[in-house]
Amino acid sequence: MRPRPPLALEIAAARGVAALSRRLRVGGGTTIPGKLLAELDRGAIDRLAARLPAGTAVVSATNGKTTTTAMAAEILRPRHRLAHNRAGANLVSGVASALLGAGDADLGLFEVDEGALPELLRRLQPRAVCLGNLFRDQLDRYGELELVAERWRAAVAELPAAARLVYNADDPQLAAVAEARVGSVAFGLDDPSVARPSLQHAADSKYCVHCGTPYLYAAAYVGHLGDYRCPRGDHERPPLEVAARAVSLHGLERAAFRLDTPEGSRPVELRLPGLYNVYNAVAAAALARALGAKLDEIASGLERFSAAFGRFERIDVGGKRILLLLIKNPAGANEAVRTLVDGGAPKVLVVALNDEIADGRDVSWIWDVDFEPLLPSLETLVAGGGRAAELALRFRYGGLDQHAIELEPDLGNALDRGLELTPDGGELVLLPTYTAMLGLQRLLASRGLAKPYWERSA
Amino acid sequence: MTAIRVGHLYPDYLNIYADRGNIAVLTQRAAWRGHELQVSALGMGDAIAPGEHDLYYVGGGQDREQLLVAEDLVAKAEALHEAVDRGAAALAVCGGYQLFGRGYRGFHGEDMPGIGLLPLETVAGDRRMIGDVLIACELESGERRTLAGFENHVGRTHLDPGAEPLGRVLAGFGNDGESGVEGCRAGRVIGTYLHGPLLPRNAWLADWLLAQALAHRVGSDEAPELEPLPDELEGQAHEVSAARARSRGGRFDG
Repeated sequence: MRPRPPLALEIAAARGVAALSRRLRVGGGTTIPGKLLAELDRGAIDRLAARLPAGTAVVSATNGKTTTTAMAAEILRPRHRLAHNRAGANLVSGVASALLGAGDADLGLFEVDEGALPELLRRLQPRAVCLGNLFRDQLDRYGELELVAERWRAAVAELPAAARLVYNADDPQLAAVAEARVGSVAFGLDDPSVARPSLQHAADSKYCVHCGTPYLYAAAYVGHLGDYRCPRGDHERPPLEVAARAVSLHGLERAAFRLDTPEGSRPVELRLPGLYNVYNAVAAAALARALGAKLDEIASGLERFSAAFGRFERIDVGGKRILLLLIKNPAGANEAVRTLVDGGAPKVLVVALNDEIADGRDVSWIWDVDFEPLLPSLETLVAGGGRAAELALRFRYGGLDQHAIELEPDLGNALDRGLELTPDGGELVLLPTYTAMLGLQRLLASRGLAKPYWERSA
Repeated sequence: MTAIRVGHLYPDYLNIYADRGNIAVLTQRAAWRGHELQVSALGMGDAIAPGEHDLYYVGGGQDREQLLVAEDLVAKAEALHEAVDRGAAALAVCGGYQLFGRGYRGFHGEDMPGIGLLPLETVAGDRRMIGDVLIACELESGERRTLAGFENHVGRTHLDPGAEPLGRVLAGFGNDGESGVEGCRAGRVIGTYLHGPLLPRNAWLADWLLAQALAHRVGSDEAPELEPLPDELEGQAHEVSAARARSRGGRFDG
């Protein structure tokens, strides 16, 4: 066995690297120290986590983990000093970095990548775990959905008895993951008036987890999330302990709902749009409640919250506005489209498709997104990113006239062209994939229009 | 105007890698030439009447979905064989490709039956073959074309001796990561691991399939010439995808 260097020394070395990385402007340094620490001694993560007096809490999901975690942080901030990986660095190294930068924090609050969840649950031994959803995403990276669910099931089974599991009961896979765990808390949505008329094309878990019969849905909200029941009686949505009811959606501006808990109900006005953000909010509420937050703290925290990094941002650019909405998989992109259409579909749209590892190298997912509701009012699509031509084809074969399509693989050119087509006082909608979003943020920062992400507060 | 009739096998179950993109491409490319693509779903328990479809399409699914349909497909096997013997064309992608062979032998010995439309069988491997892929084809003598796509499969597909592969692997894994070939072709039936989806960036194959389907529609051995389309975007998408395969296509190291 290799002798272990003293923890303090490792930490000092790793922190030094982070500072250097920022000084050299090679990036936010958000994962570099963690990578170094993970190289030196992965067990250091366990020991750093164990030092936090109020323990740790973990959020994982295919979609919404950054926003859910940031919402939970907003709720918990008045009662805790948080160590939080808010820049979205959610692999083992990112969590290690957040632990290194914990300072005098008492509670660790981490979003965790779906693939990294089993290892991090083992290392962090969290007090509370929030599981948000499982959608098809980056099959080239994670493998099939069932496989991820299987690994989650095994990891959850090994959690310490005292750990609280809160899970989205509207997702049949997660309900199955939580089934065996006593005391787990079901959250979800309950308002058929905001349901989809039918299951979307990209719905994933459509067949009973126990017998394979297609579920019947009393209401389908986002992808396969909803109020489902196996017609043979082998599985159905568990009763909701924490629920969002009486939901109202207000275009691109906001959403409201009533938060129902065993302790009572509160109306909540979110400063974010879209049904998917109602899901994020109810997930954050359930997690914060499991960590001891009171109903009033939860409601006011959610109402204070504005947006998590890059997920939904409005940026002023000389008399025009940019609205940035991250897209990364069919379920999330469908919600972005629905929110745009609800708010008045744009005439000009910039969609930027990259195919780096963080975006998914397999770009086939864009064909599972229902972009079609945007087409009737779309006058110009500016297709950007490394796979711009592929994206242009998606819209072309979806029925958009080829004269309405402009190809600008370079992100700067795509942004400039989009702004050029946007009238003064108007708003340009940008839908980038993850690395395209980082590229656009860098561009905007270099033009002095937005702060680099590592200099921002949450 | 000719109505081209497509039987889409199990669209609810086998659709994981955006298979509807392939259908959209066939539909539009037929429409731009004045033909109508009539797509009907062939699901669990649905009977197949040979001669009623000019082209069959079957996509890929997760293991669980694939297992759910495998038995049902066996019940359709006889009708599908007859349809293909009478000249219907078919495209089978990924999981559907495996099911069109004689069967799939799982890692722990569990078997999945196939229908033997293509002379091949598939055995589970110990490593997933994931990545961009580029292959060279010559479906018609003298017409050399390339197909660019993405593969993601754990099954290793072995062609029978003498079977015709769809193409030669230029970059990526292909059928098994070893043989240097990808896919299988038997007359008008094509099987392949390439998704991405396959047809938008490989428009020539979409046209080849449409031509075969039209030949079946009019009862001809000879596939008709289709009016060419501009295909600039298709060409660019193909070039980018091919370049990705050349620079980062998968291979087993040593």
